[in-house]
Amino acid sequence: MENSPLFKSGHTACAGCGQAIAARLVVEASGANTIIANNTGCLEVFSTKYPETAWGVPWIHSLFENAAAVASGIEAALIYLGKKDTINVIAQGGDGSTADIGLQALSGMLERGHDILYVCYDNEAYMNTGVQRSGLTPFDTNTTTSPSGARSSGNIRPKKPMPEICLAHGIPYVACASAGFPQDLTRKVKKAISIKGPKYIQVHVPCPLGWRHETNQMLPVAKLAVETGLYPLFEYENGVLTGRKQITPKPVEEYLKTQGRFKHLLNNPEEIKKIQEIADNNIKKYNLRLEI
Amino acid sequence: MKEFIEGSHAIAQIIKACQPGVISAYPITPQTHIVEDLAQLVANGELKAQFVNVESEHSAASVVLGGSATGVRVYTATSSQGLFYMQEVVFNIAGMRLPVVMTCANRAISAPINIWNDQQDSISLRDAGWVQIYAEDNQEAVDFHLIAYRLAEDKRVMLPVMVCMDGFILTHGMETVDMPEQEKVNKFLPNYKPLYKLDPAEPTSMGLLADPDYYMETRFAIQETLKASLGYLSEISQEFNTVFGRNYKDLLVEEYQTKDADKVIVAMGSVCGTIKEAVDQQRAKGKKVGLLRVITFRPFPYARVYEALKDVPRVAVLDKAVSLGAYAPIAVEMKAAFYGKKKGPKVISSFVGGLGGRDITLESIDEVFRRLTAKEVNSDFIDLKPELLKEDTRR
Repeated sequence: MENSPLFKSGHTACAGCGQAIAARLVVEASGANTIIANNTGCLEVFSTKYPETAWGVPWIHSLFENAAAVASGIEAALIYLGKKDTINVIAQGGDGSTADIGLQALSGMLERGHDILYVCYDNEAYMNTGVQRSGLTPFDTNTTTSPSGARSSGNIRPKKPMPEICLAHGIPYVACASAGFPQDLTRKVKKAISIKGPKYIQVHVPCPLGWRHETNQMLPVAKLAVETGLYPLFEYENGVLTGRKQITPKPVEEYLKTQGRFKHLLNNPEEIKKIQEIADNNIKKYNLRLEI
Repeated sequence: MKEFIEGSHAIAQIIKACQPGVISAYPITPQTHIVEDLAQLVANGELKAQFVNVESEHSAASVVLGGSATGVRVYTATSSQGLFYMQEVVFNIAGMRLPVVMTCANRAISAPINIWNDQQDSISLRDAGWVQIYAEDNQEAVDFHLIAYRLAEDKRVMLPVMVCMDGFILTHGMETVDMPEQEKVNKFLPNYKPLYKLDPAEPTSMGLLADPDYYMETRFAIQETLKASLGYLSEISQEFNTVFGRNYKDLLVEEYQTKDADKVIVAMGSVCGTIKEAVDQQRAKGKKVGLLRVITFRPFPYARVYEALKDVPRVAVLDKAVSLGAYAPIAVEMKAAFYGKKKGPKVISSFVGGLGGRDITLESIDEVFRRLTAKEVNSDFIDLKPELLKEDTRR
């Protein structure tokens, strides 16, 4: 990939980091007239270690959980200055800072109707602190705080339904995307910023370190999550499902076997069956199956 | 123009005169009247600001942080639990050198829950890197907000300022206040021109990760700036006097009948009005007593305190906050001000009173003077009710 003027190379992300790719695609799709507020997390740490920064747009980090509120203040200031119409405001963070500790600030931002795009980079655990379980960690995942053992097959809860929680705020645009489908992500970001009001995009971003797969497997792993139905790609406009990526579903085992975090499940058909049910429900709910 | 006005209304009026672009707040007693008024002023079109109604104090502080980083003058107000809830952001704002101005309507801390006045809330945030100024009356509360913006936005400072005013006593108290005219406000407080801001025309990154190679210097810089701010406060208060015809000495401390005193009470905030009255009464009886009022608690004016009290034999520090398990907060500073010095009081006794809104009366003050003897006391509570201190309640 060529160097990007908006998200420059030389940052310290791990090899094969899905979040670094996705963050770059997001800022490139939004363009130079963008201000970003970033929660604490991997992206913040690897992109802005003083005295260097990867960002070619105005960028601010304050705390773990307040990017949505900081962005609200930025947007309010831009309205006051009469500059809002020409500048996109993005708030972004990982799954923990979005679905757990930052959920209140995000809900406030959505409910108040700010003209802000919120992007959640979902790598399904607290990777920056060493792979601890978050509200977006999938069912049965082995993390450092939801380990599998004689009495546990990993994380006991399914993913918190963040897109639906955001939808329930009555906001004009909600979408799921994946680092495995870059053009789709770019298109969704462009569509989102063309809509006035609060927008939410959740991007599935593999983490080779936390998911325990080879660094060159980022794209295939991301794609398999979508192709099994475990990470459905859809978009809602004004509460109506207007787009979905249709698939010829593959068995979830094909996805699970690519990653160490699911290794404990491979000889456990009962648990795999439960995960297959999650995928089947997604396929039904969003009508993902490609009609032949 | 002089107006008979409630403290909160007066604060809202002066904030309007300061013309912030972003205001954000979350309701908490006794701060509410201030932000209700501001919301109405915005609704009426009398104040061209964005009023952001947030879901928590954490977000109120975060919204003004974002607004300030975008180059706009901002305002928020809170009290008690609200200040504690925004504590993380309060430290962050100072670390990012953003000139936020906040009113703290001082209120006791839970548990037990109590909405009445003491100064535990703001005092507990003394290490946050904010300038803290405590008003005695509503004239000061109004004036201090103007001075707060001037100081915060001074290019030599670029730090947040908290104006502390006693909840209910000042916020809900009616007083005659000489409200500064807009024309003079404009003269004293020019439009805010930020050094750095979030602007696509000139992209900059704020809030970066500073590793051990860089972190300490950022703290050192704030420490040095705060020390120097004592001088800037004096300088700015003189200019304030010139424009508004007031008579503030330096906004660090106020010396009231201290020159020949053999007993002086040190205190902060509205209780000083009561203490002045007690001092006048005792002086009328020929007793040499006085008051040293601390106006600026952070940065702490050690040199001014030393000069004011170096020849006073006995000093009683009356804190409206407590550092549980240690000397009371202002008392600690008084001890530090004289430690290792040639001159100074023989006795610095520490008293704690007025917690959770218990009235500090003229009798309370007389009692403090009485208990200020040759025997130094540490965090002696005044106005306790013995009937509530039976064996089972004292644990």
